[in-house]
Amino acid sequence: MAVASPTVTLAAIINLNHPAAYAHWGFFQMSVPNLVVIGLMIVVFAAAIALPFPGSRRRRSRS
Amino acid sequence: MSAVDKPSWTARVREAGVRAMPPERLLPDTQPAYMSSWIYIFGVLTIAALVIIIFSGSVLGLKGPAWWHYTGIGHFFNSIHLWAVELFFFFMVIHLWGKFFMAAWRGGRGRTWMSGAITFLTSIAAAFTGYVSQQNFDSQWIATQAKDGLNSTGIGAFFNVLNFGQMYTYHVLLLPVVVIALVSAHILLVRRTGIVPPLPLGELAIHAPAADPPGAGATESAA
Repeated sequence: MAVASPTVTLAAIINLNHPAAYAHWGFFQMSVPNLVVIGLMIVVFAAAIALPFPGSRRRRSRS
Repeated sequence: MSAVDKPSWTARVREAGVRAMPPERLLPDTQPAYMSSWIYIFGVLTIAALVIIIFSGSVLGLKGPAWWHYTGIGHFFNSIHLWAVELFFFFMVIHLWGKFFMAAWRGGRGRTWMSGAITFLTSIAAAFTGYVSQQNFDSQWIATQAKDGLNSTGIGAFFNVLNFGQMYTYHVLLLPVVVIALVSAHILLVRRTGIVPPLPLGELAIHAPAADPPGAGATESAA
């Protein structure tokens, strides 16, 4: 059995060496990678609003 | 008044600069307490990504297309440049969403908002010229498709996206200079008018009062 080099192992996490899959609903068409990025941005945006900032509670209680 | 007493143009420029941007406002000791939120970090994250873009792009420009296509370290820097651009837009769009939903143009901050919007549009042009400057099949495909699209609007009369030399000059010199100038102006405007506060609870953005200038109200030590 061939042993994969560290480089091959890293590259094999997600195989990008092929055309992207596309989501298609009616007139709407977008590549899955673009959808993933937009989804991640929405998640990070929501987390930035919802998660407490380090030290903010301590400062608020002190004032 | 003699010529000796008359202030020189350098003194007049300095005085005008200090009046417009006092040092304590340019580099303040404190920041408003409402900045203790993750939503306020995406502007500086965008700038951090821009710094990496400029550094990696400078290395790519110094070494040239053969280096970034055929050597391992060239591939590495090519990837650094690409992923820094991805993060640049990722952070900038979240920054845009955050500022949009807190109506960041309030309190005389219209020019700050507009400079950010123009920076966003200019950055798209800078990224596009980068994609067509890769010197591979991908860039040829993007350039030919874009040529059709741009020609349909008439703007293709002013530049040729199939011309590598022209697009490369736009990408490594003209558009980066514009983006850096706009970002610098944006930061100075933010310093001048202060960080926009959150919207008051229970009021619509359109009715929200203008914010107090920086220094007024609760403050805390800058991190």
